[in-house]
Amino acid sequence: MAKNDLLGASLWDAYSNKVTTLMNNPKHQGEINQEEAEAHGNRLIVADFGAESCGDAVRLYWEVDPKTDTIVNSKFKSFGCGTAIASSDIMTELCIGKTVQEAVKITNIDVEFALRDNPETPAVPPQKMHCSVMAYDVIKKAAALYLGVDTESFEEEIIVCECARVSLKTLQEVIKLNDLTTIEQITDYTKAGGFCKSCIKPGGHEKREYYLVDILRDTRREMDEEKMRVAADAGSKGSFETMTLVQQIKAIDAEIDESVRQFLIMDGGDMEVIDVKPSDDYIDVYIRYLGACNGCASSATGTLYAIESTLKEKLSKKIRVLPI
Amino acid sequence: MQVYLDNNATTMVDPLVVEEMQPFFSEIYGNPNSLHKFGTASHPALKKAMDRIYKALNASDNDDIVFTSCATESNNWVLKSIFNDHIVNGDKNHIITTEVEHPSVYAACKALEEQGAKVTYLPVNNQGIVEAHIVKSFITEKTALVSIMWASNETGMIFPIKEIGEICKEKGVLFHTDGVQAIGKIPVDLQDTHVDFVSMSAHKFHGPKGVGALYIRNSQPLSPLLHGGEHMGGRRSGTLNVPYIVAMGKAIELATTDIQEKISSIKAKRDRLEDALLELSDTFVVGDRENRTPNTILISIKGVEGEGMLWDLNNGQIGASTGSACASADLQANTVMLAIGADSELAHTGIRLSLSRFTTDEEIDYTIEHFIKAVTRLRAISSSFAKVKPTPGGESKECELHFH
Repeated sequence: MAKNDLLGASLWDAYSNKVTTLMNNPKHQGEINQEEAEAHGNRLIVADFGAESCGDAVRLYWEVDPKTDTIVNSKFKSFGCGTAIASSDIMTELCIGKTVQEAVKITNIDVEFALRDNPETPAVPPQKMHCSVMAYDVIKKAAALYLGVDTESFEEEIIVCECARVSLKTLQEVIKLNDLTTIEQITDYTKAGGFCKSCIKPGGHEKREYYLVDILRDTRREMDEEKMRVAADAGSKGSFETMTLVQQIKAIDAEIDESVRQFLIMDGGDMEVIDVKPSDDYIDVYIRYLGACNGCASSATGTLYAIESTLKEKLSKKIRVLPI
Repeated sequence: MQVYLDNNATTMVDPLVVEEMQPFFSEIYGNPNSLHKFGTASHPALKKAMDRIYKALNASDNDDIVFTSCATESNNWVLKSIFNDHIVNGDKNHIITTEVEHPSVYAACKALEEQGAKVTYLPVNNQGIVEAHIVKSFITEKTALVSIMWASNETGMIFPIKEIGEICKEKGVLFHTDGVQAIGKIPVDLQDTHVDFVSMSAHKFHGPKGVGALYIRNSQPLSPLLHGGEHMGGRRSGTLNVPYIVAMGKAIELATTDIQEKISSIKAKRDRLEDALLELSDTFVVGDRENRTPNTILISIKGVEGEGMLWDLNNGQIGASTGSACASADLQANTVMLAIGADSELAHTGIRLSLSRFTTDEEIDYTIEHFIKAVTRLRAISSSFAKVKPTPGGESKECELHFH
């Protein structure tokens, strides 16, 4: 939140002129019937997507030339808001003249882009971005009917955020690579969750199969397990001393997370690793006590001994722990 | 012509009200708490405003009517202070409210739930109201408060507040009502109806935005929400908003003088509009009109999505709503439509039209013409009225939106 977010913006003012024009006068609104298509020697395909109970529904009509698989005419009917009607209209326009195989490649991003007045300004405000997603879905369905295949056969990846078309795989990679910990960071890095927000957590505009909160939690858990595994492997293989300094610090941190910290926290304390300085004879680990550990009598005796012996056992016999 | 039919969201300030408040900006501007004459100059006008409000609501002199910044503040004050006084620092644990309250009650209840209160959200019947016997059956020894709106912002339906008040009195449970949509629209008599707390807001009855009040029966205890300079007898700190309080007094007087005549006049226009719109096929209006605030229509139009309809009405210079204005930016299904058990496919088809005493017969004629035009256009585009059926296998399952 900041100055520009404090007053709710007018949704409609953010629509492009194209959206407004097409909402008021959709060019391809209407139906194509069987007789018409047959008279031209073409095949009629009619596909529905969405339902009135979701607040959005669209019916797409294609007249396809069976010799060339070309969509020679297309119409739509829509139950929805202005952007749904405008998206449907531009979708039919994008379909006309393409082969079915080409049409399948039209995404919601293409539909939204075609509604822009200029390439830099989005055609609709963020919360309306999902309207064009239905166009993408209904094309897949029509193509599947024409080709006699399953809609899933067009799906190469699992899309978590439809508005920005971000896949599950991309999200997992970005979280890991950049060590992301919050949904806001994910949105900053990938745009996922930045539009209609349905994919962030359950309870949004529409129900989703995957939610960012779950993906973040699961990926973080995987990363933690990975960290533990690295530390454990390092200890068991005796390779701690050959690690780089950064790896050593990470391994020490992981080991402390796993075996030490919980006991300190139980007594109202905590600790942090300040520095690691390897020399010929020793690897000195400088730590600072926090909370109740700070000034506790055993922090220089029993506790210190316990920390040091844990690290010695798990990582390297050369470790010395020095509180500062 | 342009027609404003969103008076349940807010109203035009009556020019007579503007005139009444005018001197209290640059002429009589002293702080009413000051001892000097600049401060005390506003006292007669403040007292007059108080008298007007007590009279309009038939409140007793033993009751408190405390000015607040808005009804959201009044609602939050009651809920949070009852939670604090009777649940955190008392032996109660339970609040009863409804599924259809305004967000300032509903969201406040949700927040209190997170802090440990037990909250029962009562369902409404097919008329969109909660029946008194249902309320009775949910009251326990641990119930601290019953909070139920007097009239619905979305449907205009009037809740059985007098009966619920009797039940609460008999059971010894505190009773709060959000009176925002009732006060100024229907007769409200607080000596005839037993209510402990009533929230109200001036901008719903042709007063300005930014001033409201909380009625507190018998000046009973309720810990303050705002601490500070002990204004309003310590009940609500914050320098008195003199011009707006003066305005609220004038506005409530104008709204409630000869209220039966005003009701008849608004209702005649509303009923004429409603009858004309119901001539359209596949439409229905929520709730019996005799038990509704006289200005409100919530109509469902099959095959026409609410926001699309608002767009077309707006193009015709008509301002309406799909529900509560506070919720209109998030475009969710109308919660009241779902709560009254309307088919889920109709939940996105609700349009609320709310008149005021300034609505004219010409405006009603204009609205009927444009409303029908908009429905005709949108139904011509609507997939709900399409004739050619989907190719076998191309049908849509119920709400499959974006499931892969």
